[in-house]
Amino acid sequence: MNFLKQTFAVTMVNLRTIPQRLGSSGVAIVGIAGVVIVLVSVLSIAQGFAAAMEASGSPVRALVMRSGADSEMTSGLGGAEVDIIKQAPGLRREGQTPLASAELYVIIDIPKISTNTAANVPMRGIEPPGTGLREEFSIAEGRMFQFGTNEVIVGRGATVNFKGLRVGDTIVSGQNKWPVVGMFETDGSVAETEIWCDARVLQGVYRRGNSYQSMLARLDSSDSFNAFRDWLTANPQVNVQVRREADYYAQQSRALTSLIRTVGFGIAALMGIGAVFGAILTMYTAVSTRSREIATLRALGFNTTSVVVSVLAESLALAAIGGLIGGVLAYLAFNGYQTSTMNFSTFSQVAFAFQVTPQLLGMGLFYALAMGLVGGLFPALRAARLPIPSALREL
Amino acid sequence: MKFFPLLWSSLWRKKIRTIFTLAAVFIAFVLFGLLMTIRTAFSFGVEIAGLDRLVIIHKVSLIMPLPIAYQERLRATEGVEIVSHQSWFGGVYQDPANFFAQMVVEPEPFMKIYPEFKISPEHVKAWMDDRQGAIVGVSTMERFGWKVGDRIPIVGTIWQPKQGQVWDFNIVGTYDGEDGVDKTNFFFRYDYLNENRAQGDGLVGWYVVKIRDAAQAQQMAAKFDGMFANSSAETKTTTEKGFVEGFAKQMGDIGSIMIAILVAVLFTMLLVAANTMAQSVRERTSEVGVLKTLGFSNISILTMVLGESLLIAVLGGALGLAVAWAIVQNGDPTNGMLPIFMLPTRDIWAGAGLVIALGIIAGLWPALNAMNLKITDALRRG
Repeated sequence: MNFLKQTFAVTMVNLRTIPQRLGSSGVAIVGIAGVVIVLVSVLSIAQGFAAAMEASGSPVRALVMRSGADSEMTSGLGGAEVDIIKQAPGLRREGQTPLASAELYVIIDIPKISTNTAANVPMRGIEPPGTGLREEFSIAEGRMFQFGTNEVIVGRGATVNFKGLRVGDTIVSGQNKWPVVGMFETDGSVAETEIWCDARVLQGVYRRGNSYQSMLARLDSSDSFNAFRDWLTANPQVNVQVRREADYYAQQSRALTSLIRTVGFGIAALMGIGAVFGAILTMYTAVSTRSREIATLRALGFNTTSVVVSVLAESLALAAIGGLIGGVLAYLAFNGYQTSTMNFSTFSQVAFAFQVTPQLLGMGLFYALAMGLVGGLFPALRAARLPIPSALREL
Repeated sequence: MKFFPLLWSSLWRKKIRTIFTLAAVFIAFVLFGLLMTIRTAFSFGVEIAGLDRLVIIHKVSLIMPLPIAYQERLRATEGVEIVSHQSWFGGVYQDPANFFAQMVVEPEPFMKIYPEFKISPEHVKAWMDDRQGAIVGVSTMERFGWKVGDRIPIVGTIWQPKQGQVWDFNIVGTYDGEDGVDKTNFFFRYDYLNENRAQGDGLVGWYVVKIRDAAQAQQMAAKFDGMFANSSAETKTTTEKGFVEGFAKQMGDIGSIMIAILVAVLFTMLLVAANTMAQSVRERTSEVGVLKTLGFSNISILTMVLGESLLIAVLGGALGLAVAWAIVQNGDPTNGMLPIFMLPTRDIWAGAGLVIALGIIAGLWPALNAMNLKITDALRRG
């Protein structure tokens, strides 16, 4: 009990005197806050991108592509193959109509608002079941396009990031004109970066004959995937691969997400080392300016451990303040920040928003405390080892 | 300079503090070097892109092919020096994770238009003689342990051969280049692709045209686009530099994110260094008083404190830049995602400038304080 009381008393003295050492404490706080801002904001980029990609895949939908193709962009399916795929077992049907949409996935050059340079915006041609089989799809503004015409609808992310994609605008691309009649939402998934139109119209414009690129199919249930896949891969009339939509998007996001995370953690680790040095310096200064006080306390019979704990507590308190400031600033500055980048597997743009999640903030704070602990440790030990007589003599 | 020993010993007055300050500055400049490298990597070699080379792509999008017939019409145009075309092959070697770019080119105009790719004459000859030959960048050769003479199977994702899915290539040579040149490419011949692909006969990805007068780039671009206007494949022409810049910008603004991080890092380190300097000068108030009593002028006091701060900055910063440079020499750690991985000389100079600035800014305030100190005050306070 006595030990706890001592520790508490010394710690309170330390914490209460922080304002007297505002300059050097401020340096430690700013240093740690800086590291937390960088860590949280860089990771929020990866978080937002991964979230957009993960929202895109549903386990009850299967994506059929030509075998060997690594993305919808490079895949190709003939008209005859499409008809066969629609007969596969495990596919959900409404009456006679299979819930499957043969689609084209192409790129159209549209200027990005932030840089005013051309960007590869993905354009998807769909068949009529294409909207119904994506349950998350809804029209947010305007109306659905009419099949058989060159009308298009545009995802929310595309409208925000690229020029001239508002409802009522007309996209002019080469000799083609595409009137925008609606804006749609799909719960923030990558589809919101796309422009959708009738697949048959797009076939004509991009000279694709009667061929498509991929087929998205609604399965009867998540369990019917194997039956659906095995029937198709065993069928000699088609040369396809079948993947769950969720797996497909998870794989596409892997490269970029891991690149961003590596960079984020790498920078934060290096900066963290720098900030720890800052914290160590601060705490050494704190200890050395108070060496007479500390020696007095120990001469009075205060326990060495309570002195160590009090120095550590001060360092942790500074780190916590820095971590909180950093987290709050990162949240205010970056949460929900809209941007778009290039998805390397399809060379097309993906719009997404930075996400500063509670987990990221928790991680930032944890990292800050770890820096505080390391930064306080050596000065604390030094305070404990200070020889009492010479410290009392010292000024 | 005669005061250097004095400077040096005051630096080591408090060893631990000096070492940690040095370490903080060191880390800051390692980070500076690495961030500049990443920034360069994400600009995809825009620095070496030629101004006299124009890139002609399909107006609707880069993925739309152009007819091979445009080649002759471009060649016949006044002011055009060399016409070459390229196509993106997008094949997979063993596993999609083994990514590297494969480009379909016509050897002769390709080598003429890109002198920065250095290929030895024997390799050139071997490439001319072998239809299935490929010239591979030294980085990719090293990455997979390939040797000249190896036969490499690549699965086509866009282009299917008439039979099967696999395209076979003979590595007939390698290319190298100066720093900043992408040494990961795999170049192979257009005639091999065109004769063996199942569909897409006579289509190429885009044209690269070298013009005689770089100053005419704007007019030439307009002329090319005019030539193919109202055809089934309209074009969009930009300078190669503009094309690469546009491509890099599609990644989002990596450059400004990097600079924002750097400002945060350097600001933090500046605070740490400045705080230490101020602290150490404050502790030596009485020493400064003694020096002044001995007849040291205000200016020499100022120079000595500034010198101390500069010394810390230069020691830590130079070491940091050197270590960053050494790390970068190991090459791209991401398996081919960042083909141009180098620390440009220009950025090293910028780093050196920052080192000096850091030393001066951190030392200025304490130096001025020390200079303005009255002897009586200084001695009393001690």
